[in-house]
Amino acid sequence: MSEEQPMTHYRVQRWSVPAYVANGGFALLVLALVFVPSVFGTFLTQQLTSLLILVILAAMWNALAGFGGLVSVGQQAYIGLGAYGTIYLTQHGVAPYPAMILAALAAGVIALPTSLLLLRLRGGQFAIGAWVVAEVFALLVALDQSLGGGTGISLAALNVYSPDRRQAYTYWLALGCAAVLLAVGYLMLRTRLGASLQAIRDDEEAAAAVGIRVMSAKRILYIFAAIGCGAAGSLTLANTLFIQTQAVFDVQWSAYMIFMVLVGGLGTLEGPIVGAVVFFLIQNKFADYGAWYLVGLGATAIVFALFLPRGLWGTMEMRFDIRLLPVGYYLRRRKRAS
Amino acid sequence: MVWANAVLQGVLLGGLYALLACGLALMFGVMRIINLAHGDIAILGAYLIWVAVDHTSMSPFLAALLVLPIMLGLGYLLQIVLLERSLRAGPLVPLLTTFGLAIAIQNILLQVFSPDVQSLGGSAGDITTVSWQINDQVSIPGLGILILAIAVTVLGGLHLFLSHTRLGREMRATAQDPDTAQLVGINARDVYARATAIAVATAALAGLFLAIRSVFDPSSGPTQLIFAFEAVVIGGFSLWGTLLGGIVLGVAQAIGAQIDPNYSLLAGHLVFLAVLASPRGGLLVSRRVQA
Repeated sequence: MSEEQPMTHYRVQRWSVPAYVANGGFALLVLALVFVPSVFGTFLTQQLTSLLILVILAAMWNALAGFGGLVSVGQQAYIGLGAYGTIYLTQHGVAPYPAMILAALAAGVIALPTSLLLLRLRGGQFAIGAWVVAEVFALLVALDQSLGGGTGISLAALNVYSPDRRQAYTYWLALGCAAVLLAVGYLMLRTRLGASLQAIRDDEEAAAAVGIRVMSAKRILYIFAAIGCGAAGSLTLANTLFIQTQAVFDVQWSAYMIFMVLVGGLGTLEGPIVGAVVFFLIQNKFADYGAWYLVGLGATAIVFALFLPRGLWGTMEMRFDIRLLPVGYYLRRRKRAS
Repeated sequence: MVWANAVLQGVLLGGLYALLACGLALMFGVMRIINLAHGDIAILGAYLIWVAVDHTSMSPFLAALLVLPIMLGLGYLLQIVLLERSLRAGPLVPLLTTFGLAIAIQNILLQVFSPDVQSLGGSAGDITTVSWQINDQVSIPGLGILILAIAVTVLGGLHLFLSHTRLGREMRATAQDPDTAQLVGINARDVYARATAIAVATAALAGLFLAIRSVFDPSSGPTQLIFAFEAVVIGGFSLWGTLLGGIVLGVAQAIGAQIDPNYSLLAGHLVFLAVLASPRGGLLVSRRVQA
């Protein structure tokens, strides 16, 4: 009779106490943020709207690059389409706020045929290919005189609301979009699809070899990011009331997204939110420095990419072993039970 | 005949795009890096030449002889200081660092040189005005011929370098398998740095001719990067392919411009997307440095 082998028992665990607290905290935070327009003035409401837009953008870019391995410098394509889609729909009799949501969804629809083309590319080729697509959209929009050509156009349909009202509505829509998009992203990454995407990010051939449908997984992610960026575009339009093709399709947006995600933490859900807040504060403080400010952004992105690739949040996570918005699992060793 | 002229001008413009693209293709072939700062490096080169011309009123070609060794050195440093580290950090990091570098270069140029548009056309001498009139609609500009000739010379030189010299052989070996190359005594680090140095210098050369042919400003870089990338993709990621790709792109833009000046860029982009959409479009990727 052989002696009974000592067995190590493991359990697979996703949730932890801090994670429960954080999820509850996030829900409460969203709830509390609903009351901002009634408590604070229009100025602060507008500021927070821009912050929420940044959060959406960072989360979308992070979903693509951090979870799907798709580094894009062309997401401004969908920011522009969201903004100009809103203009187009309001010109054709749709009320402005529904038009914003429809325009975001339309960006997702346009992303489907685009993805057929772009997702054949990988790595740097995908990055610049996406950029070319953004340029094409910008040129096409600039050709259409009814959309203001290259000179820009304002969202006249919002003038029916008083400025206070308008800002409050825009803010609530931004809050709603941010909450829904982040929640959908969070839940999506916890499913089988999320695990597939991370496998593709880490090694596309290996992922395909174990039976993951690489193309369809990437496509779903790409369309999701397009909808999110479209929403950010239409919200930007409603927040500033005026857009210009050059500005809204500017590759600068990609620079901002990359900065936020790298500083916050690529591949974590919390990181982009941290990055957006950091970027928002930096922007308010240093934007007056003009070109040097952008030099600083570029240099900071390089420093983070090379020396702190996990970003601020990712480094914290490592250090203190916390996952507030868990998408992975812990494998915990358990003392021998039987 | 206007169409024949458009095609001719497009072919000559293709020479400039090939010159822009060959560095991008070389870096991709050797290291699998797509340098998102390539266009801005070309503009940086143009500005350095412009500074030399502005201070000494020498010919831009002479100034280029001074600037090109500087750019070779900068390229070598770029690899050692920035890209080497980012290559080790994974496939996405070189993209992020070169994009950060692009933003930094653009805005440093903006801060130092102001957003004013500059050109080297005025100081380049007779070459910008020489042209052969074939008939009243077709004329061959001397500058276009010169640029195309330089592009062919650079590509030919790179071809000979890669296929017939020891350094070229080492570069091809490293491109195929850096680990094995190191086993047989090749210093991959040095090879990579040389490849980047060559790529940066060719970008600066393209910047010189861009600046003579038309105008440039600190924000010109990204457009040049896109043209270079399109030429590389259309040409199928080989060195000589960039000449074909550059010419196809140039002809598409020239024909687009002939229909309506607004269609010039759009026509180029659409040809690029058509190539991507073609059955072989996604398969044109090659890891080898093809000569």
